[in-house]
Amino acid sequence: MTSLIADRVSYHIGARALVDDVSLTIHPGRLHAVVGPNGAGKTTLLRLLTGDLEPDTGEVRLGDRPLQQWRPREAARQRAVLSQQVVLQFAFTVTQVVEMGRAPYRDRDTPAEVARAVAEALAATDIAHLANRSYPTLSGGERRRADLARVLAQHTPVVLLDEPTAALDVHHQDLVLTVARKLADRGGCAVVAVLHDLNLAAAYADRIAVLADGQLRADAPPSEALDAELLSEVYRHRMVVIEDPVHGGPLVLPSRGRSHLPVPSEQGTMAPERGGPDRCLTRADRWGRVVRADDSARRVDEASMGSAR
Amino acid sequence: MPAVSVDRRRAFPGGGPVPPPATRAAGGRGWILLVLGTLLAAVALLNAMIGAVPLPAEVVVASLAERVGISLEAAVTDQQAAVLWAIRLPRIALAGVVGAALALCGAVMQGIFRNPLAEPGIIGVSSGAALGAVVAILAGGSFTGGYLAAFSIPLAAFVGALVATTAVYLTARHEGRTEVVTLVLCGIAVSAIAGAGVGLAQFVADDDELRSIVFWTLGSVSGARWRDLLVILPLVVVGSAVAIRLAAALNLLVLGEREARYLGVSTEQVRLTLIVVCALVTGAAVAVAGIVGFVGLVVPHLVRLAMGPDHELLLPASTLAGAALLLLADLAARTVAAPAELPLGVVTALIGGPFFFWLLRRARRDQGAWG
Repeated sequence: MTSLIADRVSYHIGARALVDDVSLTIHPGRLHAVVGPNGAGKTTLLRLLTGDLEPDTGEVRLGDRPLQQWRPREAARQRAVLSQQVVLQFAFTVTQVVEMGRAPYRDRDTPAEVARAVAEALAATDIAHLANRSYPTLSGGERRRADLARVLAQHTPVVLLDEPTAALDVHHQDLVLTVARKLADRGGCAVVAVLHDLNLAAAYADRIAVLADGQLRADAPPSEALDAELLSEVYRHRMVVIEDPVHGGPLVLPSRGRSHLPVPSEQGTMAPERGGPDRCLTRADRWGRVVRADDSARRVDEASMGSAR
Repeated sequence: MPAVSVDRRRAFPGGGPVPPPATRAAGGRGWILLVLGTLLAAVALLNAMIGAVPLPAEVVVASLAERVGISLEAAVTDQQAAVLWAIRLPRIALAGVVGAALALCGAVMQGIFRNPLAEPGIIGVSSGAALGAVVAILAGGSFTGGYLAAFSIPLAAFVGALVATTAVYLTARHEGRTEVVTLVLCGIAVSAIAGAGVGLAQFVADDDELRSIVFWTLGSVSGARWRDLLVILPLVVVGSAVAIRLAAALNLLVLGEREARYLGVSTEQVRLTLIVVCALVTGAAVAVAGIVGFVGLVVPHLVRLAMGPDHELLLPASTLAGAALLLLADLAARTVAAPAELPLGVVTALIGGPFFFWLLRRARRDQGAWG
């Protein structure tokens, strides 16, 4: 099985480090989420991992060799990539687009093999009914799934997904990440997914890498990586982390414009403070008890630990 | 307003939803190319028959058969044979090859630039060729001149095309990669410079030279000789073979440069190869026929609309359709106002322009895409 290893990679534009000394190992059979605020360098890191960009220092290894030593077609049989956005101006059908995933095997695929790989990929992403539709006429969510089907058809041991759930509704977010999960669990694939939704990352990933200002701030299982203090700092936004009352595992609750009120409080009624990141944040936890932002993480953790016992 | 637009929709011949192109099937592809090939042969025959000296179909066929050693019943007079072999056939061959070249390069360019509005001229080929030709005309060459002059203009046009394309490609290259937008912008800049050169040349030219320049920029295959084919045919044959070999990679490039790389395509290499092919092929076509607009733009659209955007089919089909279309245009150019002749470029633009409007509206409506 193939793993993907970033060994102390950095990438600069001018003097600015977009990715700064990051080491990351994507193991076979694991779904590794990369999270972080906008501009943290997530996509740059992903492009370094795909070989699309060459690191200024450090190296990326795919399997046993540095990425740069792979020939394009060989690499395409080892790793597939779902880009953040795919723009297709011509009216290819969904089937044709998914068939493109078989391009790296063109010299040895029989038509029957292509058809089977395409049919499987269409079924896995729940778009078999769109097979003959023209890609540009699809909705955003349908396109995303067609792109994912193309990536699946590529049958690679390493899969990189850049915001696979962007523009998808809740149902299809689940569908896409369940597919990613299956790739890791059943296919033994090493899967990387850049995600914006921390709770999706918590729910599906084996490990979460938290990136901020190009630096790796955490790389651990979700319960460890999603630390309220760390998240509040890197996102410059107050967050609390509680135990997910339904699924277990961490659940991240960011402060929302008006949502932190009303709060029954011993200090009487509190006017909502609007504006800045330092605004007061209090929340009711799942038992209706008030949790304050300052020490929210600890209290909620204690509370959830208590309930777990 | 809404009522009007509804009526207009109904007025479109063949309007209504077009079934999506089916997935490629080897049998279907062969069949389509066969149909297009037959169409091309029919159009060529029509071109051979119609003209100041009408030639019946059986005469044309008999004369052709005679050349390959088959004797048919129909009698062919010497005059008929002379008209056919010295005037009609070279012109047919040249128009066909030029049309094929322009359509092929149009399809390739639209693929490379992932932009259905691209055409061979976008990388500066046409404007460079125009400048080259104009310089040659000013330097003493002329369409009515001697043997050397007859070759000096195509040669200068060809060199101009290559110089312009090279300039565009080199200025657009940055750290071993070429961005499509930069390439297009550099193409515009080079075209502007070459256009200024042509304008300046027209300004200083005398009446005869001006006539030559205008004649050349309007495009024509009149006065075609077999030796013109020697210039262009090898380039077009080799060029289309190379382009069709790279058709699968071109499909992936259309998906996006990064996507193509992720799918194992050496994108820079493929693109450079295809641009060189287009520069050579278009350069040759422009050199022998002047600037014939719209074929490179319209034909690939037409083909895509009929059979989908798969380049493995699009490229050979565009080649055949481009040849047939330019033959029809040339037939119109020399018969509509006979005995006078319309410039070929004017005919293609006059037919191509309105047709293109219709095509765009229809494609936009039915497929949600330009093309």
